[in-house]
Amino acid sequence: MSEILILNGHLIDPASGIDAERDLLVRDGRIAAVELPGALASVTAAERIDASGLVVAPGLIDLHVHLREPGQTYKETIASGTSAAAAGGFTTVVAMPNTTPVNDSVKSLRWMLDPARGAVVKLLAMSAATFGSLGDKITDFRELVASGAVGFTDDGKPVLDDEVMRAALVAAAGFGVPVSQHAEDTRLSVGGSMNAGPVAFRLGLRGIPAEAESKIVERDLRLLVEIEQTERLRPHLHVQHVSTARALNAIREAKKQGLHVTCEAAPHHFTLTDEAIGACGPRGIAYNSNAKMNPPLRAESDRQALIEALLDGTVDCIATDHAPHASHEKEVEFERAANGITGLETALGLALRELHRKRGMSLERIITLMSAQPAKIIGQRHRGSLRVGSYADVVLFDAAAEWRFDVSASRSKSWNTPFDGAVMLGRIHATISEGRVV
Amino acid sequence: MTELATKAVVRDAAMGLSTARALHPSTVNSPVVAAGSLLNIEQLSVADVAGILATTTRLQAMNAAERARLLAGRTIALLFYESSTRTRTSFELAAKSLGAMTTLVSDKSSSIEKGETLKDTGLTLRALGAEAIILRHPASGAPELLARVTGLPILNAGDGMHQHPSQALLDLRTILLRLGKDPGTVDSKTLAGVTVAIVGDISHSRVARSNAQLLPRLGARVILCGPVELLPKTALGLDPHEGSPLEIARDFDSTLGQSDVVMMLRIQKERLAGVSLDLAGYVERYQLGVERLAAYAPKALVMHPGPIIRGLEITGEVADGAQAAIELQVAQGLAVRRAVLLRAFGVQV
Repeated sequence: MSEILILNGHLIDPASGIDAERDLLVRDGRIAAVELPGALASVTAAERIDASGLVVAPGLIDLHVHLREPGQTYKETIASGTSAAAAGGFTTVVAMPNTTPVNDSVKSLRWMLDPARGAVVKLLAMSAATFGSLGDKITDFRELVASGAVGFTDDGKPVLDDEVMRAALVAAAGFGVPVSQHAEDTRLSVGGSMNAGPVAFRLGLRGIPAEAESKIVERDLRLLVEIEQTERLRPHLHVQHVSTARALNAIREAKKQGLHVTCEAAPHHFTLTDEAIGACGPRGIAYNSNAKMNPPLRAESDRQALIEALLDGTVDCIATDHAPHASHEKEVEFERAANGITGLETALGLALRELHRKRGMSLERIITLMSAQPAKIIGQRHRGSLRVGSYADVVLFDAAAEWRFDVSASRSKSWNTPFDGAVMLGRIHATISEGRVV
Repeated sequence: MTELATKAVVRDAAMGLSTARALHPSTVNSPVVAAGSLLNIEQLSVADVAGILATTTRLQAMNAAERARLLAGRTIALLFYESSTRTRTSFELAAKSLGAMTTLVSDKSSSIEKGETLKDTGLTLRALGAEAIILRHPASGAPELLARVTGLPILNAGDGMHQHPSQALLDLRTILLRLGKDPGTVDSKTLAGVTVAIVGDISHSRVARSNAQLLPRLGARVILCGPVELLPKTALGLDPHEGSPLEIARDFDSTLGQSDVVMMLRIQKERLAGVSLDLAGYVERYQLGVERLAAYAPKALVMHPGPIIRGLEITGEVADGAQAAIELQVAQGLAVRRAVLLRAFGVQV
């Protein structure tokens, strides 16, 4: 029996409604007891952690990471990516299927989820919605769910065709899993490398309009309505990395109508705007490709709308879209640079700084967004919570600690981040994955 | 900068290499731009602009032999990924007239055709002794990247749709000469009372961007004029927020009627992907021909950065006529680029 006793901490577990001082006992990879301080004093455990001054919460869950394995391991592996996840307080990550080859088969899914890959925390995966993520024909959802897929996505690309998206939503509904959509109308975003607007104009870069995102979200919501009416099914649409006020408004309305839509927001979208690319001035440097991702950083009005949506519950969870790239893929002309930034090690620090401290969001709500709700979205009943019997996925952090992110200390293989040297609020003290400190 | 990057810069400096290339894999996070770079017009304060123009005047007054000593023995590379007549030739002649050694690398006759990156091309030129690089490139922001990865002074000779700072400087000198103002002293009131219209394909024009960001800071009123397909409202994002705010106008005749200077721009067919423009309609509304000029702006200075497309944005008669300063612009290009080159090397006159 391996036991860990976590003492003197402040437990915040939204799923069981606890936000108070508690002691926690972990045994054999599960939560064995949650008691008032001192009640576990007689337990002799192999390991005791003094969590004085720390928040003790269910481990964070990231529904959107790119681990680049198989096929692109020069920039990240399952081992290095999950190690970075642990450093960021994440105990579960959901890997996207845009690997090389695309993860669209039972064979590739099983390979990815095999413990031999060396995942340091719990690795889950979404399978490709269509073969090769080419957008033409949906994969075999039945066998993929049976093999462990927690959802379907062609992330990196949208499922553009109406019929194909409809088929995906219908099929997924049959198995109670979401279709996770990268909402981008590629006919509108073609040639663009940043948000359309005055900053793009000033920088001489072609822009990606907000409509490129909102049109697909609106189309997908119409499909939800239509399917509910005609198929008597209740499909679940999960909108990835939502970045525009327009899309958020559509999602808010759809939720009011009772449609089963959820969405995620990435920390960079509620922290930065397109101005980050144009940081000019005397001797200033612009065109930082470490501020380039898809969907792009948007206007301040979108960022504010996103924060409002996080506060009012329109946004269900925070997901990093951790997208490592090698320096040779980023150190090129801005319009040619690969899209994406890392995010696992800066997510909590930015969420606490931007939402908790600046906007008064409670720690309880932060943990709801980063653990309880993500677990619910992918149907993980024994994670995202510290209820007795849950997996012992625990994060301990100092919510008041201010520190600077130093990318050279990152556990990721890639260092493509705009947050090097940025101030973070909230420092991870320990991450425990199924009872092991990682 | 992170500690690792700082150490690397100190080490490289000790080796005689001023470089931004660090052990830090993410060089783009550790920018060090050489002081003599001219990446965009925004980086220059009004005092900087005044300094460059004062240097230009002093250089014009020197004789050729004196000038030829100023950058004697220095090596300058011209790296041109886009075709150019004026800019390339004037930079080259300017550099040579200052005594520098120059070499031209074009994308069509180099390993760029084999896929060599901008970064590696820059490092190669640096290894070959280039002490400054003049870059023209189709991607906006390319000079910033080259500056960061080589640590050399980079002179932007035009990057994509973004900036053409030396063009804005030569355009300014041209205006000052033709309006009878002293081109050697410039301040924030120099162009007070002067209205400049920039006309045509502004959305794709780096010349428009650089000029729109410079002229208001010297006191000019700047009107951007063109159809909505080539001049969206987001163009107001160019506003330098110093001096009068930029204006957008659709009616060319009324704009002409208010202008002391008219800068005509070419329709950049090579950048028009996805824009549907009725060319005949454009010519009717925005072409500068003799009748229109005589009717609405018979005293205005007519400028064009070149190349002109006779019969499209401007007629041959206007281009060759007395109000046009096109050839004077070209000559000023040579003069101003000498000063820009001296600034790159920190050489004073």
